[in-house]
Amino acid sequence: MSTTQPAAGEHLLEVSGLTKHFPIRRGIVFQRQIGAVHAVDGIDFTVGAGQSLGLVGESGCGKSTTGRLITRLLEPTAGKVVFDGEDITHTPENRMKEARRNLQMIFQDPYSSLNPRHTVGTIVETPMRLNDINPPQGHKKRAQELLETVGLNPEHYNRYPNEFSGGQRQRIGIARALALRPKLIVADEPVSALDVSIQAQIVNLLQDLQRELGIAFVFIAHDLAVVRHFCERVAVMYLGKIVEVADRQTLYTGPRHPYTHALLSAVPEADPDAVHRRERIRLAGDVPSPVDPPSGCRFRTRCWKAQERCATEEPPLVRLGGNAEGHLTACHFPEEPSVEARAEDIVLDPALTTLEDNASAAS
Amino acid sequence: MTTQQQPMPATGATQATGEPSPAPLSDGTAITGRSPARMAWRRIRRDKVTMAAFVITVLFILIALLAPVLTDITGWGPITPDGKAINPDTGNFPRGSLGGISLTHLLGVEPGTGYDLFARIVYGLRTSLFVGFASAVLSTVVGVVAGLAAGYSGGWVDSVLSRIMDVMLAFPQLLFIIALTPVIQNAMQTNDHGGTDENLRLLVLVLNIAVFAWAYTARLVRGQVLSLREREFVDAARIMSAGKWHILFRQLLPNLWAPVLISFALAVPQNITTEAALSYLGVGVIPPNPDWGALLSDASQFFLQDPMYLFVPGVLLLILVLALNLLGDGVRDALDPRAARG
Repeated sequence: MSTTQPAAGEHLLEVSGLTKHFPIRRGIVFQRQIGAVHAVDGIDFTVGAGQSLGLVGESGCGKSTTGRLITRLLEPTAGKVVFDGEDITHTPENRMKEARRNLQMIFQDPYSSLNPRHTVGTIVETPMRLNDINPPQGHKKRAQELLETVGLNPEHYNRYPNEFSGGQRQRIGIARALALRPKLIVADEPVSALDVSIQAQIVNLLQDLQRELGIAFVFIAHDLAVVRHFCERVAVMYLGKIVEVADRQTLYTGPRHPYTHALLSAVPEADPDAVHRRERIRLAGDVPSPVDPPSGCRFRTRCWKAQERCATEEPPLVRLGGNAEGHLTACHFPEEPSVEARAEDIVLDPALTTLEDNASAAS
Repeated sequence: MTTQQQPMPATGATQATGEPSPAPLSDGTAITGRSPARMAWRRIRRDKVTMAAFVITVLFILIALLAPVLTDITGWGPITPDGKAINPDTGNFPRGSLGGISLTHLLGVEPGTGYDLFARIVYGLRTSLFVGFASAVLSTVVGVVAGLAAGYSGGWVDSVLSRIMDVMLAFPQLLFIIALTPVIQNAMQTNDHGGTDENLRLLVLVLNIAVFAWAYTARLVRGQVLSLREREFVDAARIMSAGKWHILFRQLLPNLWAPVLISFALAVPQNITTEAALSYLGVGVIPPNPDWGALLSDASQFFLQDPMYLFVPGVLLLILVLALNLLGDGVRDALDPRAARG
């Protein structure tokens, strides 16, 4: 698979300075704003036609909000979303029809994303009917074709969602998203609610669809392995910011941002006896509150390399010296581009340190 | 459930062999899904108490509908006095035992007037059921619309509607209707005798009961909509450019049938009781028009001398309300099997 970047102007989706602050109000009758949750705080990225971009990060880092901003389920506070050459940042609902035809979404929870009172056929046909799309073979035939495309029996047309398993339900959701032949699908944690055994099937299905139908994806997930399997480019988010973005190979083998290192190190090793041991980084504490995020670099409160400068100056998301084309990192003191084991593990969690000290003293 | 081989998808995507398929596929027959409504009906069929309540309710409705036919068969109308059935010497109490129950008068006769009790009960059932159902339909329709509007719009619309609901629920309904009914009826005196037309009285009764009942449905629907509109299928509808009306009536409303039907089923017996109570208190249907509440009120004057006169309409009202309540409970259990039985 090619990892080359489309030239400027060829981007299907261009997001710049995208920001979403949820106001916190207090008061019963006269509500006043006393603060805001900085869910997404000025992020930029692009997705080319047919490309897949992964958005990863911890829970609450703003990945899902980003997905909902792109599809305009949420109104952005600031920034710009350009889709297919058209600025859709503040397009009123009644003129979003055209853009939404090409911009669909797959949801996280297959149990709440399908209307329990509609048959599978109705669910898949509704987008066509709402958008006045009349396929030559008729709505029913087209819906059955779509069901077949996503690996379901077309005879399930008259059934209700409650008769299907989670994986099958997610397939129905995918068929619905495909009904309008979109150019971009935002997949918001499409497999995290599924059994691990089913996850692979759904991811492979999405990958086949991407290859065969040339659909671009924004793939939101917290599972690094799934993203590695699916996405050509990966963006790592932390507390409403993108801290690092690179193509898959570079990000997984040569990350520069300390947070990316920590995230990768947290993935359990499939082979504990591997010859090349990976580095070991264990962070301490929780993600700070997005209501009052840290100044400067947002990761500095948990970073082992943080210095004075990190608190005063926000690191820009730029291509660092030694980085490949398209590999952007937001860090003043980047790590070496390697995930090999270090001379000394970085264990910031005091509980874990004590535990390990005791264990080594005992033995 | 059995696992079955599904046809290979066109894309060659990984086959979902590990996933259980809904049902085995028999050749040639089209698969039709079991809709939630059909599953509820199956559950009702299996519930003996609910089926009994259902049969009794249907029987009552048939009797009410066939009232003119039935009274033609017995030969006594609701306001045709039978002078021979009452004894002037005992103060116009029915002749014979058990309140004058005989082959001519199946349920006896009314003391004082000599009206046939069977005819009065059969016609009174019409009133009860009409008022019960009509007010329940009215309050449900208003309640659903108000609940949808409040739950989905939010903001000031929700605030205003919710406050109105709170006020309606806090109102002393019975007192208010007792005080208000004569006023309304006086304002609308229409018939030649200077009294209020019987149909108008019924209409006022229906409106009065519905005015105080819609808030229950509205609050229920509002709560459901508040939770439903956060579900992802509403977002999915928005992404396919669905308008507000599509989301309200195509996406949300089908999910509200169960609670709405339940509240409707439980409102009918409630309204019948209210109607009977109002007629008993003299602000509903007034004699000589036949009504169960009015009958009970009248009978309470004679219950020492003629207990059957009180007993018959009392027990029938009890059976009707009990059957409707049990039916409502059964419908709730069938539509919402996860709700614990109280």
